[in-house]
Amino acid sequence: MNKVRLVQGNEACAMGAIAAGSTFYAGYPITPSTEIAEYMARELPKIGGIFLQMEDEIASMGAIIGASCTGVKAFTATSGPGFSLMQELIGYAAMTEIPCVIVDVQRPGPSTALPTLSSQGDVQQARWGCHGFHSIIAIAPSSIMEIYYQIINAFNLAEKYRTPVIFLMDEEIGHLRERFELPEDYQPEIINRKKPESDLEVYLPYINDESNGVPPMANFGDGYRYHISGLTHNEKGFYSSVPSVVDTEIRRMVGKIEDNVDDIAQFEEAYADDCDILVIAYGSVARSAQQAVEEMRAEGISVGLLRPIVLWPFATDYFTKACMGKKAVVVAEMNLGQYAREIRRIVHTDTPLKSLTRVDGEFIYPIDVINAVKEVL
Amino acid sequence: MKACYEKYFRDNLPHIFCPGCGNGIVMGAWARAMDEMGLENNDCVAISGIGCSSRITTYIDLYTLHTAHGRALPFAIGVKMCKPDMHVFVFSGDGDCAAIGGNHFIHACRRNIDMTLIVINNSIYGMTGGQYSPLTPTGHFATTAPYGNIDPAFDICKIAEASGATFVARGDIYNIRQMIDLIKEGHNHKGFSVIEVVSSCPISYGRRNKINGAPALLRYIKDHSVPVANAAKMSAEEMKGKWPVGVLYKTEAKEYVEAYQELVARLQGGS
Repeated sequence: MNKVRLVQGNEACAMGAIAAGSTFYAGYPITPSTEIAEYMARELPKIGGIFLQMEDEIASMGAIIGASCTGVKAFTATSGPGFSLMQELIGYAAMTEIPCVIVDVQRPGPSTALPTLSSQGDVQQARWGCHGFHSIIAIAPSSIMEIYYQIINAFNLAEKYRTPVIFLMDEEIGHLRERFELPEDYQPEIINRKKPESDLEVYLPYINDESNGVPPMANFGDGYRYHISGLTHNEKGFYSSVPSVVDTEIRRMVGKIEDNVDDIAQFEEAYADDCDILVIAYGSVARSAQQAVEEMRAEGISVGLLRPIVLWPFATDYFTKACMGKKAVVVAEMNLGQYAREIRRIVHTDTPLKSLTRVDGEFIYPIDVINAVKEVL
Repeated sequence: MKACYEKYFRDNLPHIFCPGCGNGIVMGAWARAMDEMGLENNDCVAISGIGCSSRITTYIDLYTLHTAHGRALPFAIGVKMCKPDMHVFVFSGDGDCAAIGGNHFIHACRRNIDMTLIVINNSIYGMTGGQYSPLTPTGHFATTAPYGNIDPAFDICKIAEASGATFVARGDIYNIRQMIDLIKEGHNHKGFSVIEVVSSCPISYGRRNKINGAPALLRYIKDHSVPVANAAKMSAEEMKGKWPVGVLYKTEAKEYVEAYQELVARLQGGS
């Protein structure tokens, strides 16, 4: 029987990672994510898994990518400054298409800023943090149960699409404690990377003929000796600067995520179809937005909530439809309008868009959302 | 018995190394060591960073991982922890290992994880066209040291020893038989093995330092490499500008994977 417990967000993340089948963690301590490392240090050796405290966040990324090459599900957790350091090898994982999960428990920035407070300032960094051409999957959970379920989804998506997945928590949700209870006989759906079935001699680790753009991945030790490189490569994995090869590989790599947005995207809606004013919020802020919407509906205000659970890839068609015909759109987030910028791109130019922002480490409360909605009423 | 080191190479030659480059010599010595040890391709992983020497992983037929600049060792640690039975070789250069990868280097030494690191030291950043590295001798010239390098150089063998590596050796591209033996001994040693190989870059280093041409640079390396036994009898003054070659340090200490496996066994046995 699954017992009801009071669980912290970071703890739920670590528990979910183990449930997802992760047996490898490498990280560097940083507030407000450290509880994840502490949990993994305590629990992984018990199940024969591997916990490593590395010398920095770059090394942490290197270790999880190396581990993933052998077929294990590996992840790391960090916050702002560490997330900045990780960008180099997040790009490497994207380029070499090695599955891994990076948890970023966001705190304000730039630099050291406010280590113990909350922020959603890394939303665009999650998308564009590393140089060059790539796509990424980023997930922003907003409750303790959702952290648990979505970190499993994060591992599944990493495996399914051979990609790094960013798990964008925020300090508020990372340190929140709330009711944790799994359904009776709960069994998570687990997805593992597709393995090659070809002969050893003809394995092409970056083959371009798969329907969804994701080539099968052989693990080190499986007998398929092949080369992995961060250089642009041909289907065999070896360096190529032939324009047509580079173009094909990069577009496949980006396309495997952007073309599968319908499979990856997830949302939660409340009155979103039936409202004049649509509030868009994610992560912990969506909780305030939810309460604000309920209170305003009770007052007779026609307002609804749209909560993206997956922030990246951006679901252009979905958002365009959802915002169509609204009197106004309000985007609430603990940054200077990073997601509002995306929404602005797809909202009709005549539709007012209110970007409710906060960057002082304090939370966005329901009253802040109510006031923002009333401004555009 | 006829040597058969071709099986350790892929068929994607020619390589990118310039004429006179020492990387091919090191790669050949490594393959001969592999052959003499009788290692199977499928049991080995080679991991490298960025730079000329790191391109070796492109040409050798193992599971190969060509990572980011300076980062080979963290990747290697991830692989080795998950595949303890595999033989892990890491190829790095002086810039890759001692500059951008310096922190990873000392921490890999500290952990004493069982793998073999071969640092090919050509005293220069060759791939980017000849900038000084932390191993470029003071007073030598580089494109970024047009008036002579004022930076003191590291001795990475001393760093390795001080940081906890349990096998530290230096070879050079003139004494190939010795290099093969050092690679074998380093590989057979349980723990973190560091083998610095003094190598040549006639194009970007020799040319700027009036050691013109590959043969002259090879002779320079030969003349400045002193067997450890001889070096021990020489004064600091006599050793100035020279370097000892051979096994510099060897000790036994708890290996990291083993220590981790003991921890797991303790927890699983005790629960």
